[in-house]
Amino acid sequence: MGLVMPDFGLLFWMVLSFSLLMWLLAKFAWKPILKALSAREASIEKALQSAELAKNEMVKLQAGNEKLLKETMLEREKIIKEARELKNSIVSEAKNQAVIEANKVLDETKAAITRERAEAVNEMKSVISSFSIEIAEKILKEHLSDSKNQKDLVNNYLENIKLN
Amino acid sequence: MLKVFRIFILLSAFVSSTYLTLKAEEQLTTGIEPAAEKFNASKLIMEHIADSYEWHIAKVGHTHISIPLPVILYSSGTGFHFFISSKFHHGTESYLGFHVAGEESKFKGKIVEAASDGSEVRPYDFSITKNVLSMFASILILLLIFTSIAKRYKEGFDRAPKGIQSWLEPIILFIRDDVVKASIGEEKYRKYLPYLLTVFFFILINNVMGLIPIIPGGANLTGNIAVTMVLALITFVIILFSGSKDYYMHIVNAPGIPWWLKLPIPLMPIVEIMGVFTKPFVLMVRLFANITAGHIIALGFYSLIFIFGEKSVYAGYGVSIVTIVFTIFMGLLELLVAFIQAYVFTLLSALYIGMALEQHEEHAEKSH
Repeated sequence: MGLVMPDFGLLFWMVLSFSLLMWLLAKFAWKPILKALSAREASIEKALQSAELAKNEMVKLQAGNEKLLKETMLEREKIIKEARELKNSIVSEAKNQAVIEANKVLDETKAAITRERAEAVNEMKSVISSFSIEIAEKILKEHLSDSKNQKDLVNNYLENIKLN
Repeated sequence: MLKVFRIFILLSAFVSSTYLTLKAEEQLTTGIEPAAEKFNASKLIMEHIADSYEWHIAKVGHTHISIPLPVILYSSGTGFHFFISSKFHHGTESYLGFHVAGEESKFKGKIVEAASDGSEVRPYDFSITKNVLSMFASILILLLIFTSIAKRYKEGFDRAPKGIQSWLEPIILFIRDDVVKASIGEEKYRKYLPYLLTVFFFILINNVMGLIPIIPGGANLTGNIAVTMVLALITFVIILFSGSKDYYMHIVNAPGIPWWLKLPIPLMPIVEIMGVFTKPFVLMVRLFANITAGHIIALGFYSLIFIFGEKSVYAGYGVSIVTIVFTIFMGLLELLVAFIQAYVFTLLSALYIGMALEQHEEHAEKSH
């Protein structure tokens, strides 16, 4: 029965050395090891969390970018549309302006032509009148070359004056 | 996991190879030995699994090669004595009135003091026996291993595990997460973790050292009742001191049990109180019995060689082949048992502590 009877000496050494072992290991091994393990776990957890956060941030950023892009597109379209409208309005205005200008020029030209014509007509009239006077003179000279005709004419005038 | 497995394989190869060399030596010695004394298997086995005052290494011819160990005695009559166990000449002579008790004594194999009336009295024996020395060696190894890996952890938690650390870390994490945290609970497990980790590695290293038949291995330390008793007692004391009010109430007045099991004869309280003591008792016996049985089986296989060798030398050689195969198998099995028993002791200790800590809110609700 020696096998199942605990030995006093071994009990003594076991209690003593196991307590010492436990104390030494707890102080110099388990404490730093477990601390490091939990610190590592915490850091992994933190890293995972921050990765998740970064992912969310990224998604948000992407959504923001998309929105921005959409807005920019809209803006661009608006600007293009506005520009087109502006262009159209400028062109039409220019056209109108040109038409007006052209009309003005036409009017002016017409007026100038009218004026020139009038002048020409006047000049022509004066030339014609001087020609007519010359012709009349010549005719008169011819006609009044004899005295009888001169007398008749004077008489005629005189008569007309008397009538006045 | 692969790394752990690789080390497992290496260890088992080592164990089986040392078994083989030892066996070869023993075969040599039996070859020379005259068949004067008959081979006694049970004596060999019992001597091996029991504690000893000297570390027996081999027997060449008729000379024992062994390392004598220090003897420390306190006798109520003559006080303290320190001497080397070689003074007993392998238990054949007496020294200072002390001698190693013989086969017929009830203190068989222990140092006794001859009293004046001729009876044998056992002094207080603090001797550094084979088991004590083996325990010191295992403690030294544990301290070396764990302080060296702790040094690496101190360098910073962000360093990747390296060397021995990388196969101890999964074990530490396994004990922490799947054994201690799972049994005791998230809030309170920290307090019990150092004890349970120490117990696990102490049992594990001593189980494995018990499988290695060269110094400082080969002692049957975790198969010694004194050692398992101390371990179980520590668990018991922890349970007693950390038991919650609910735990003690449950023992005295177990809820959900009919009153007639408690009132005239306190049947359930008696069962529960017995349970308090059987838990550590079972812890003690399970480890002791498993490891001792492992040693007995391994030695039984060796003894087969000599039992057959006595009939005929050739039968001994023939059986040795079978024995080698069986011993390798048993060595591997015992290695598995070494891990399993360390795990089981730790797990059950953690479970019992967890049970003692439990708060039963649901019972309070039911009583309203």
